Amino acid sequence: MAASFLMRKSSAVRFRNLFNRSIAVLPNQHQIHHHPIPPPSSSSLSRFFSSSSPSMASSDSPFPVTVHNINPKVVKCEYAVRGEIVTLAQQLQEDLKAKPGTHPFDEIIYCNIGNPQSLGQLPITFFREVLALCDIPSVLEKPETPALFSSDAIERAWSIIDTIPGQATGAYSHSQGIKGLRDTIAKGIEERDDFPANPNDIFLTDGASPAVHMMMQLLLRSEKDGILCPIPQYPLYSASIALHGGSLVPYYLNEATGWGLEIKELKKQLDAAKKDGISVRALVVINPGNPTGQVLSEENQRDIVKFCKTEGLVLLADEVYQENVYVPEKKFHSFKKVARSLGFGDKDITLASFQSVSKGYYGECGKRGGYMEITGFSPEVREQIYKMASVNLCSNISGQILASLVMSPPKVGDESYELYRAERDGILSSLARRAKTLEEAFNKLEGVTCNKAEGAMYLFPQIKLPQKAIDAAKAAKTAPDNFYCRNLLHATGVVVVPGSGFGQVPGTWHFRCTILPQEDKIPAIVNRITEFHKKFMDQYRK
Amino acid sequence: MPPKPLDYESINENVKRSQYAVRGELYLRASELQKEGKKIIFTNVGNPHALGQKPLSFPRQVVALCQAPFLLDDPNVGLLFPADAIAKAKHYLSMTGGGLGAYSDSRGLPGVRKEVAEFIQRRDGYPSDPELIYLTDGASKGVMQILQTIIGGQGDGILVPVPQYPLYSATIALLGGSLVPYYLEETANWGLDVNELRQSVNQARYKGITVKAMVIINPGNPTGQCLSEANLREVLQFCFEENLVLLGDEVYQQNIYQDERPFISAKKVLMDIGPPISKEVQLISFHTVSKGYWGECGQRGGYFEMTNISPETVDQIYKVASISLSPNVPAQIFMGLMVNPPKPGDISYDQFVRESKGILESLRRRARIMTDGFNSCRNVVCNFTEGAMYSFPQIRLPPRAIEAAKQAGKVPDVFYCLKLLEATGISTVPGSGFGQKEGVFHLRTTILPAEEDMPAIMDSFKKFNDEFMEQYEDHRGYSRM
Repeated sequence: MAASFLMRKSSAVRFRNLFNRSIAVLPNQHQIHHHPIPPPSSSSLSRFFSSSSPSMASSDSPFPVTVHNINPKVVKCEYAVRGEIVTLAQQLQEDLKAKPGTHPFDEIIYCNIGNPQSLGQLPITFFREVLALCDIPSVLEKPETPALFSSDAIERAWSIIDTIPGQATGAYSHSQGIKGLRDTIAKGIEERDDFPANPNDIFLTDGASPAVHMMMQLLLRSEKDGILCPIPQYPLYSASIALHGGSLVPYYLNEATGWGLEIKELKKQLDAAKKDGISVRALVVINPGNPTGQVLSEENQRDIVKFCKTEGLVLLADEVYQENVYVPEKKFHSFKKVARSLGFGDKDITLASFQSVSKGYYGECGKRGGYMEITGFSPEVREQIYKMASVNLCSNISGQILASLVMSPPKVGDESYELYRAERDGILSSLARRAKTLEEAFNKLEGVTCNKAEGAMYLFPQIKLPQKAIDAAKAAKTAPDNFYCRNLLHATGVVVVPGSGFGQVPGTWHFRCTILPQEDKIPAIVNRITEFHKKFMDQYRK
Repeated sequence: MPPKPLDYESINENVKRSQYAVRGELYLRASELQKEGKKIIFTNVGNPHALGQKPLSFPRQVVALCQAPFLLDDPNVGLLFPADAIAKAKHYLSMTGGGLGAYSDSRGLPGVRKEVAEFIQRRDGYPSDPELIYLTDGASKGVMQILQTIIGGQGDGILVPVPQYPLYSATIALLGGSLVPYYLEETANWGLDVNELRQSVNQARYKGITVKAMVIINPGNPTGQCLSEANLREVLQFCFEENLVLLGDEVYQQNIYQDERPFISAKKVLMDIGPPISKEVQLISFHTVSKGYWGECGQRGGYFEMTNISPETVDQIYKVASISLSPNVPAQIFMGLMVNPPKPGDISYDQFVRESKGILESLRRRARIMTDGFNSCRNVVCNFTEGAMYSFPQIRLPPRAIEAAKQAGKVPDVFYCLKLLEATGISTVPGSGFGQKEGVFHLRTTILPAEEDMPAIMDSFKKFNDEFMEQYEDHRGYSRM
């Protein structure tokens, strides 16, 4: 199969090859350590066998578990968001601590990861009040409590505690999550979409990521099973496909049209994969996009849903940035809503929608809260999904509670509404401003074009690197975009992730930068990057 | 008609193969009955708080303050929170880069890992490196991550005790690996025999399986036995000879109900043995906040410590951890508090000790009540629960009961447990969910129901069991031996 990949010229195939290239496995998986003699029946004989036969693994190391014989899928998978460049940044950070002044910057600014609260964003007060009260439910009855907590937070905590069997917030819950919380989430989905949602379709998970893993595990039987993924994509998808032994089938978003998703591109890649003997099981769509930030139009979404129905694909809708939309001309529509608006029910479309507490305006990454809503799955398959969820028993309760709060925040008239609204609007409007400021700054750089961040938390500028820079990168034995990012880090302390971590059209170079540093830090960051970029281009221009 | 994208036939076979009885058939039936209004006593899972055990006060106060740090500035905070909880909250918040809402290091907060290392050092008397300690969303996630690293395919075998906690069998199946069973000996108090180990390994190798790792659960689940130091030495020696990674599931290390065999960690014994074995045997040890006297299952907090794992392999394990970004931060703080509890002199110390002791002493009493209760039943033989949280009585089912089960299309112990459930509301897990010798049947229950409820529960069980045996034994009282 590898040979047929190499014969084709299309960039998609080259790209697919890059992701699915298997590491040569040492032929020790089936090694028999002893002569093939029938197993000894007496214990003394087995001792004799063990002591007389060599029982070392075939690798030279004496250890049974080494990089040469661990799961090759683990070796193969990659996750650049916390990869090489971040390790380098951490080393520099240690340097700064140990010997201040050794670098041309005072601090490392981590723009590699969508981790808002690590860069100064504050949590939503109401949510934290409720979570704190749920940690110490015994205080709910105390007369002193209203002196410290708002009354609607106390009320909400009560109603949550009452839905938990035995009021035990420290107990394992139902493996799909506490029923009462799923009821709340289903109601929130209904209010958002104007279509019914069933609490039994919801699986609460430790963040959206474990839910994605569950779907990949379910769908991928072998390398012959493929998942259509956007390029560029959030590398959880490529990593989990690799970990679960499947094939990533790339479809290219069109940078020239604001990272547009074209059905004809989907069809082209699907057909090519089928021709290569790959059974394409599902289509991943990230909306709003990561790293690309585009918000799909409703029409586009309708075409995607119809495509999945026609082609018999499961639609995996990553909607974790649903509350991060910064442009008035676009709005978030869930794929479930779009499907139902088309009159498509459970028999027409198989859909898994992912949501998280990590993004939006709440940014509660460290809580690990999220859920998937699954519709259009047969009862037998749902049973299997439930079974997978049950092996881990349940997701963390605090994260479950937070997910329910995110889907049912304070309403007009609630005591906490004004503060909640102010905090939320403050964060979202600031994010919109930062998205604009950084986009404009990047577009001013020589050889750099940057699409607008309509949503999500990232910018993904393209840099046209001069040949001299590409050659220098080669000499340094690293990809050109990684070379650029490393240099950027050393000069400015700003950490971004090279585009190769997300995928890009071969021969183009990008990096992903978050819009998350606090607003007052942005001008300094812009200046530093601008200065660095000019120097870099001066050095490597033709 | 467009092709159906996903049906039962086309999903991953490994998923279908994987079983997890703890929340399987019995539990689902119990949940159904509960919805119909029947009172159910859930003893299917080690879930203390669900059966009335209260959370320890101090850790909850600390974490609540960390959740709502604005309280720390409130002049009224002392009305609800003691000063040492306030100080501890500040201590843990200072370790984070942005509070509980920020992803931490993928391995967990360095400050907490350092506290874990210090705990291990105090416990074992040997140094522990925080860099080799990874916090995880529960010990289960850690076990899954490590098994995923080890298992490449069917040719990779993991030695697993029978009976075992089915996380291991379920995960090995999901990963497409091979489970290599070694039987614990019920008549020897669920003892571990190295000869049995050797035989299992040889048989596996004969089949072409590369046995890579060995799991020990100490104290055992579902069996409760505590391994002796001699036993642990034998196991480590065995792993050295057979070139196996030892996976030490030690989540019940605080739950010890006898004094002959206190808990000793595999790491301590390994270090005691000294070189070359202490420098060569690869060991990964697991712990959690879910068990012990904490019982904070819902937090999903755990860790694993790696010994003698090469830096390159650690890098790969780190990489897999990084894909999930970070373990949940509140649970990391619970872990820090567990390994670094209040000290004498602290304001909350007395209450903490009172609560902890109360729980542990009660568990010890309940272990005894349950064992004795089961042993007083007809055709039931039960080893003492030396540790952990379970009782695993052997039910000697008469041949006619086994026949009736067959007629009903059920595995015999499932048949028994379903009848028990319907008669008494007691929801257990059949022994077949954990593995047992052919033709020998058990059930697993927890020792967690409230102490005051225990006598009634045991009476209820005895009544059901003795009637069941009466029904299915033949006239001469012959029972299956």
